[in-house]
Amino acid sequence: MATSRDDFVIAFRSAFLKKKDKQKFSLLTLLFLSILVIILSNYNFKVIQLIKIGINEFTYRASFLISTPENKIQKINSQIKDHLKVYDNYKNLELELEKLKQKKLTNNFLKMENEKLRDLINESINSNEILARVLIDKESPFLRSIILNKGTKDKLKIGMAVVDEVHLVGKVIEVNFTNSRVLLLSDLNSKIPVVLEPIGMQAVVSGTGGTNGKIQYTKEEYSDDINNQEIIAYTSGLGGLFKPGLPVGKISRVNPHEIVFFSDFKQLEYVKIISLNIEDNN
Amino acid sequence: MSSLNKNSLSNIIFSYFPIGMLFLSVFNDFDFNYLKIEYFSFNFAHILIFFWTLKNPDHLGYVSIFLAGIINDVIIGMPIGISSFCYLLICIATAYIRNITLSPNFINDWLSFLFIILLINSILVSILDLIFLIEIDYLKYLINTGFTFLLYPIFFFFFNFINQKISFRLND
Repeated sequence: MATSRDDFVIAFRSAFLKKKDKQKFSLLTLLFLSILVIILSNYNFKVIQLIKIGINEFTYRASFLISTPENKIQKINSQIKDHLKVYDNYKNLELELEKLKQKKLTNNFLKMENEKLRDLINESINSNEILARVLIDKESPFLRSIILNKGTKDKLKIGMAVVDEVHLVGKVIEVNFTNSRVLLLSDLNSKIPVVLEPIGMQAVVSGTGGTNGKIQYTKEEYSDDINNQEIIAYTSGLGGLFKPGLPVGKISRVNPHEIVFFSDFKQLEYVKIISLNIEDNN
Repeated sequence: MSSLNKNSLSNIIFSYFPIGMLFLSVFNDFDFNYLKIEYFSFNFAHILIFFWTLKNPDHLGYVSIFLAGIINDVIIGMPIGISSFCYLLICIATAYIRNITLSPNFINDWLSFLFIILLINSILVSILDLIFLIEIDYLKYLINTGFTFLLYPIFFFFFNFINQKISFRLND
């Protein structure tokens, strides 16, 4: 009995401390080092922040370069698929264009009306847009995020909204000198205050880790209010981080607590980062 | 002379294969996610580290594994150091298995692999959820563990083939 216990201890000690010929450090040393890194990376000391930014900068750039062949193959694959569907797409787009032309007229009128109303309450919303390229969009099953090629040198800040054309895709959660990380709306940790139109109800859109999101914190009568209407979620602007009125997605007809995002997060190539300044002139 | 050069080049390629694949997989986040199969994902790095540190640790240094973990955390967006910690736990387990095993057996290795990945994923999930308060999908981790376990035999035969090539060339 004692012998088997001794064997276990010897084998265990050897696993931790013994170095093979070509290993420079023992596993125990490296294990302690990794624990130290985990602890230190949570402190916001300037030196640690600088090292962290340095590691991020190098890794993102290297990953972008190494992923180039894979990205090219994926791009060619999607181009071939697009070519095969070109006629059907053309017909659909023609129909969609007609509808959009009609909507544009109404939209212009509403825009002017909105500006007039904002003038009446002496409030102006100024926003600046920065165009950024997606460097890395590796889809991890656990965390949904993308890396952009703009950072503090382009005056990016944590919390800024990121849009694909006009549709909200996420917010900036980490900023380095030349790049930044965006948490996508589909991530489990993403929570965005929205307003559901036309019913005018406030809610929160949360990520699920999948392709769609879920609607939370609605009023009890939410399901009755929907009444087979097409419900669109726009950013409410509550919290002052996002510009109000950015389209997020539409409520699924099948499940009223599910939201289908307007943007396809797997196809992002260029996005716009929006900085918001709300001036209350009262 | 040219055949000698060719031989030494292929020797280098084969001997750096594990490290090359490890770094390629963490930089590229290689897990066939682009197949877009619902819920399908597996951890290639876990399979690679388990196999090579168990069968031929001379070709996959612990420092490289530590650095690969750091890179993986940066790419995925997890707190830095967690993946390194988990990868090194695999190394400890494989070093222990190597020490206590007299005659290696595929089934034993495979079952040990299941136990180890369940253990390290539990540690990982606990750290992320309880310490860093990052919301995570437990089911996805479980499915990922399942697929990693199921795909181990395929990679085992492939890596075993490479390992035999390396051993053969070094002894040649």
